[in-house]
Amino acid sequence: MPKTTSRQEVRAAGWVMPEPVRCVQCGICSFYCPIDIDVRRHAWLGQPVKDSHCLTCGECVARCPRGVLRFERSDLFEPGG
Amino acid sequence: MAQRHLIAGTGAAGIAAAETIRGLDPDSDILVVGEEPQGYYSRPGLAYYLTGEVPERLLFPFTKQDFDRLCLRRLQGRVVALRPESHEVTLDDGRRLPYDRLLLATGSLAAMPPVPGVELEGVVKLDDLADANQILRRCRRRPEAVVVGGGITALEIVEGLRARHAHTHYFLRGERYWGNVLDETESHIVEQRLRQEGVPLHYNTEMAEIVGRRGRVAGVLTQDGHRIDCELVAIAIGVRPRMELAEGAGLATERGILVDETLQTSAPDVFAAGDVAQVFDPLSGRSVLDTLWGVAVAQGRVAGRNMAGQVTAYRKSVPCNVTRLAGLTTTIIGTVGQGRDKDLIGIARGDSETWRQLPDALVAQNAFDVNRLRLLVAESRLMGAVVMGDQTLSLPLYRLIAHQADITPIREQLLQPSAHLGDLIADFWSDWKEHHAAA
Repeated sequence: MPKTTSRQEVRAAGWVMPEPVRCVQCGICSFYCPIDIDVRRHAWLGQPVKDSHCLTCGECVARCPRGVLRFERSDLFEPGG
Repeated sequence: MAQRHLIAGTGAAGIAAAETIRGLDPDSDILVVGEEPQGYYSRPGLAYYLTGEVPERLLFPFTKQDFDRLCLRRLQGRVVALRPESHEVTLDDGRRLPYDRLLLATGSLAAMPPVPGVELEGVVKLDDLADANQILRRCRRRPEAVVVGGGITALEIVEGLRARHAHTHYFLRGERYWGNVLDETESHIVEQRLRQEGVPLHYNTEMAEIVGRRGRVAGVLTQDGHRIDCELVAIAIGVRPRMELAEGAGLATERGILVDETLQTSAPDVFAAGDVAQVFDPLSGRSVLDTLWGVAVAQGRVAGRNMAGQVTAYRKSVPCNVTRLAGLTTTIIGTVGQGRDKDLIGIARGDSETWRQLPDALVAQNAFDVNRLRLLVAESRLMGAVVMGDQTLSLPLYRLIAHQADITPIREQLLQPSAHLGDLIADFWSDWKEHHAAA
């Protein structure tokens, strides 16, 4: 099976990445974000949640009924990573 | 002089078009006209609103600030007439509005069956937020309910009613659920789960009449003479694109408004996108309907580019939808079925005609009941997939199908009766991804 990125790895160097083709903008991700990041907007734009406040707690990933969101490892040495 | 863009419809296609036009043309005038007072919200999200997973206020992806940022003018009203030759529309209050470019993004509405009693209070559908709120209101009394229809919407309503403690019967006209997209095993998995949730399934059952008492639903009579007492009847037998405007203006229509590759209708400067558009697909050579949110957004963006003067061809992507069928997350990708479904007339919501254009293809499937995987295998590529339960492979499969990846190296193995499809696809995906980093 494909290697999935663990939460611990993501906390160290990663972010939540949307897959826009699966998203219907229902808002559950934003609703459950404990610090009110508009995750849905990121999904609309197809952009990773690079917000420095993101806890990578995984609530949005777990709650999305359509599997839009996943953790993705970012490259620490890239600008913005 | 600034271009005047008029967008009829506040759904996903209309808003995506407006956003795109503004991104390309900061000075144009963009007017969005829609009937619903709430404006733009997530129509598919109504399923989760019904089950109580998301509150109403969260259904709105754009805040007032978002609309202000885009400098959109918004107007509540219905466009009732279109005169392409004079570049003008008429609203239901009699106002006439000129345009330079017009987008018809008027969506679709639930079809109602021709049975006596459909006008009774207590007969519901799930087109919009008002419908969802009506269902919720009626659920306060924990009614006995009957759901008629097929596809995704019928089950969304069943799930919503169940979550709100309505005792719900589900009528199927045929032998199984969603027979032209799901295979027999998949249908039976869904039906079994519904039964476990306490939903009685009535096979080969057709509604003959909705019986009323003092203007309200009191029960349903079936064609074989049975009666079920109920206070609520939900209809989900499919949707019809809203083509009245286009038909009245003499635009070319079939099952939807016909558009070319730039999403322009047969009238100059009039475009169509979303559920209402029947779009030419160069790959299949046919014009097809889709009622998928993602397709509506993609079409809205392409229509917006063309309206802003950047000639862009719409390239139909592989249709994909993710839904929950009796609580089981299911992804449908590409072409997976064929024929007709007795429970639906034409297209349903969250549906694609492309799903049913299956020519001869071999089927590979694994043997598990839940976490089921079915692949449609053509000569050298995958044509479609149905992924039920575990969704680990649905993204890789979407990419492999969309990119028409050459699966020749694993094709024979996939078709072995005891093949471990999941492992084969996962290994193949790992290799393929490395060589197609941009995919």
